[in-house]
Amino acid sequence: MPDGMNIDYDGLIPNNVGLAEDQRVRKALETWHPGYIDWWKDMGPEGFQESLVYLRTAIGVDPKGWAKFDYVKMPEYKWGILLAPAVEGRTIPFGKHKGELAWQEVPGEYRALLRRLIVVQGDTEPASVEQQRHLGATAPSLYDLRNLFQVNVEEGRHLWAMVYLLHKYFGTDGREEAEELLQRRSGHADTPRMLGAFNEATPDWLSFFMFTYFTDRDGKMQLEALAQSGFDPLSRTCRFMLTEEAHHMFVGDSGVQRVVERTVQAMRDAGINDPYDQAAERKLGVIDLPTIQKKMNLHFSLTLDLFGNEISTNAANAFNAGIKGRYREDKIEDDHDLIGATYPVLRCVDGEIVREEAPALSALNMRLRDDYVKDCESGVVRWNRVIEKAGFSFRLALPHVAFNRAIGEFATIKAGPDGVVMDAAAWAARAGDWLPDAADAAYIDSLMVPVREAGQYASWIAPPRVGIDNKGGDFEYVQIVQ
Amino acid sequence: MLEAPVKQHLIDPEVCIRCNTCEATCPVGAVTHDDNNYVVDAAKCNYCMDCIPPCPTGSIDHWVVVNQPFSLEAQFSWLELPPQPEMGEAEAPDALDVEALRLLDAAHQGAGGHARAPVSAAKPRINLFNRARPAVAIVTGNLRITGAGTESDVRHIILDFGAMGFPVLEGQSIGIVPPGLDERGQTHAMRLYSVASARDGERPNTNNLAITVKRVRERREDGRVFEGIASNYLADLPLGARVEVIGPFGATFLMPDDLDADILMVCTGTGSAPFRGFTERRRRLGQAGRGRLFLYFGARTPEELPYFGPLQRLPDRLIDKQLVFSRVPGQAREYVQDRMRGQAETLGGLLKQEGLHVYICGVRGLEAGVDAALSEIAAGVGLDWAGLRAVMRAAGRFHVETY
Repeated sequence: MPDGMNIDYDGLIPNNVGLAEDQRVRKALETWHPGYIDWWKDMGPEGFQESLVYLRTAIGVDPKGWAKFDYVKMPEYKWGILLAPAVEGRTIPFGKHKGELAWQEVPGEYRALLRRLIVVQGDTEPASVEQQRHLGATAPSLYDLRNLFQVNVEEGRHLWAMVYLLHKYFGTDGREEAEELLQRRSGHADTPRMLGAFNEATPDWLSFFMFTYFTDRDGKMQLEALAQSGFDPLSRTCRFMLTEEAHHMFVGDSGVQRVVERTVQAMRDAGINDPYDQAAERKLGVIDLPTIQKKMNLHFSLTLDLFGNEISTNAANAFNAGIKGRYREDKIEDDHDLIGATYPVLRCVDGEIVREEAPALSALNMRLRDDYVKDCESGVVRWNRVIEKAGFSFRLALPHVAFNRAIGEFATIKAGPDGVVMDAAAWAARAGDWLPDAADAAYIDSLMVPVREAGQYASWIAPPRVGIDNKGGDFEYVQIVQ
Repeated sequence: MLEAPVKQHLIDPEVCIRCNTCEATCPVGAVTHDDNNYVVDAAKCNYCMDCIPPCPTGSIDHWVVVNQPFSLEAQFSWLELPPQPEMGEAEAPDALDVEALRLLDAAHQGAGGHARAPVSAAKPRINLFNRARPAVAIVTGNLRITGAGTESDVRHIILDFGAMGFPVLEGQSIGIVPPGLDERGQTHAMRLYSVASARDGERPNTNNLAITVKRVRERREDGRVFEGIASNYLADLPLGARVEVIGPFGATFLMPDDLDADILMVCTGTGSAPFRGFTERRRRLGQAGRGRLFLYFGARTPEELPYFGPLQRLPDRLIDKQLVFSRVPGQAREYVQDRMRGQAETLGGLLKQEGLHVYICGVRGLEAGVDAALSEIAAGVGLDWAGLRAVMRAAGRFHVETY
C-alpha cells in the first residue's frame, strides 16, 4: 500500500501521518484536543450539538475511501489529520529552488515565512465556523442545515490540518500559535481574527451562500497556491483539503442558484415581468434579483481585499523561495521562475484606473486575484442561465474590482460597480443602490424562518436538483435533538 | 466484449460547479474541461468510479445508454444534458463497475454473442453500491445444502439488508470482496454470486436475499490444498456477521415476467442458484400463466446436488425436474446433455415454440455440451440450431452464464 494511504483510527486522532509512532507530536495534539473540543462547544454551531447530522467523514485519502456518510453528533465527528499521498521524488516546482527535491522539513531560512502563511490560513478556518454559528436557527431546510454543518466540521478539520503542521514542524512557537488559534474570536473587539472578511458577521443564509461562494473561494485559491509548495507536508495537506473545499464551493454556488431559481419561478407564477420591481417581488416572499446583486457586490468586494496589495514583495519572496506558487502552477507552461517576466496590473494613477506592466514576481497577488475573478465568473454564468431560461432580461454581474475596496490600489478611490471613478459624496449617494442597506437586511431577516420538516423548503429557496449521497431532497438530513 | 450499445458516463452541466475534483481524481485522465464544461472521454473512462464519491454535487453520476458515444466536442457545447436517446431497455450493460463487468462479460461469452434481456423482463437496477460504498448485510442463515458425508460443501447463505434498500431481480449477481489484504498488500478481487432467491426475498416481502456458495478447497498437483478466499470467508460466516455487499449487477441474464413463457434451465452445481430464484418467483405467482419450467440439473450424486431435498417438493405442473447424476455407484455416468438427448421429443417441441427462453448456468464448458445436444435435437425437428440460437439471443431468449 502506498505511503500515507492507511488511516489509523485506533488513537484519539484519526491520521495517516504515523502519529502512533510520533510520541512528541501525538502528545502535543492530545493536549491541544480538549481545548479544541471546548472551542467547538462554545463557538461551533449553536443549539445542534446533540443532533444527529448526516455527515461525510473521510475514512481514507484514496478516492474510494474518503467519503463515508452516516449520522454523527458533531462533537463526536472524527476530526483527523489527513494528507494526500506522498508523490515519490517530488521536486520543487517553481522559484529559485526549482528542480530540487521537495523539503520534508522546514528550511531554516524560510521558517518565519512558512509559519506566518500557515497561521493565516489556519486562522480563517475556525473564524468561519464562528461567523456561521447562529445560522442553524434559521435554516431553510434540513438539507441546508446539513450542508452548513458539513462545511463547519470540515473547516474544523482544516484547522486541525494547520495545527498539525505547527506542532510537527515549528516547536514551541508552533504550539503557541496553535493555542492562539483557539483564543482569537471572529469580530471580537480585542482579539479579532487576522483577516478583515473573517470578522464580518454572516447574518442570514443568503450571506452564507455568498460567503461560501466568494470568500471560501479565496480559501480555495490560497490552498491551490499552497498545494504547489516546495514544503511537501504543506502541499500534501492542502491537496487533501481542496477535495473538501469543493463541497463548500458547491454549497455557495448551488445555494445562490436555488435562491435565484425560486425568485424567477415565483415571478413567473405571479406574472411579474419587471425584474426591477422589488416591491412586487418581495410580496411573493422571495429575495428580489436587485437585492441578490447587492449581496454579490458586497461579498465579492470584501473578498477581493483578502488578496492583499496588487504589488507585493512578500508574495514575490514566497514564490521565489518555493513556498507559495501560482494557481495550478503545475498546469502553467513557462519557466516557473518569472525572473524578468512582466504581468499586467490594474493600478490607480492620479485617481484613474490604468493597466500597467509590472514585474511578474511582484504581481503575484494580482495574478491570483485575476484567476479568482475568472473562477467566480463560472457560477454567475450559470445563475444567469436560470434567469434567462425563465425569460427575464436581467443579468447578475460581478462588480468592477475597484468597487468598494479597503485594501490595495483602489482603497483610496471611490468607484462604482462599473468601474467609473467618482467623488466620495457621489459614491455615498448611490451606495444604497449598490450595497445592501438596513431595509434590505430587515427584509431578508424577515424571511429567515426555520423549516425543519424533511422535504420542506422555505419560501425563498428552491429544493436542490440532487440530494447529498444520492439521497433525495426529502431525506431527513438532520435528526434534531435539542 | 465491450461493444455498442454502451453505457456512457456524462457530467450534468447544470449541476456541475467546475471544482475540478473529478479531473484531479481520475486515474486515467478521462475527465477534461474547457471554459464551458467538464466532460468525460468515453474512449478513456474505465468505469472505475473513483470520481463519484469526491464529487460534491452529484453531477458526476450520470449515465446514458448510447450506440455512438457523445464526442468531447458535443459535450463541451451542452448547456444541459441531452435526453436519454431512444434505446431498448434491454440494451443496458450488466455493470458499470469495470471489475464486475469483466467478470460478467467473461461469464456470458458462452452465449456466442451480445446477450439481451428478455423483452418482458423487469428493469434491473445495477451498481447501486460499490467498493467505496458497499451495502452492509447481516447473515441470518448459513446452512449446508449438500450431504454431510460428501466432499462438496455447498452453502445456502441468507443476507439481510435491514432498512437498506438493495433491490435485485432473479438472475442478477452481487459482488463480495473478502475483507483484508492479499500477500501483496492489495485488497482482494471481487467475486460475484448469483442471487438464489426471488426478488421479494427469501420469504415474500423480506428484505433479504440468498446466495449459493461452494467452499473451494482443492488439492493441487503439488499436494498443497488451495482454499478459495471468498468462498471460505462466506462459508465460515456465523449468524449475525456483517457482510459488505456490492452491486447488484447483471442486466441480461434475467427471467421473463411473461408468465406464459416456457423456461428451459440447464445447470450444474451452484449454477442452480439463479434457477432457484426463477422457480421460486414462478411458484409464488401460482398458476397465473401457462408457462412451465424445465430443469436439467447435473451433479455427481444426489447428496452433492444443491437443494436436492426442497426440489423434490416442487409440483410437476410447475416444473419438470430432470436431476442427472454422474457418479452414482453401480450406475452409468450420465450428464445433462445425455438426459436432454433422451428427452428429444419434449425439447424438440419446446424449441419450435416462439416463447421458449433458454438459460445455461454452471461450470465453463457446460454450454458446449448443451449446445451440441440442442443442435441434434433441433435438427431432429427440422430446425437449424445456430440460426435459431442467434434469433433467440437477439430476442433475449438465450442466455449463458458459465465460469
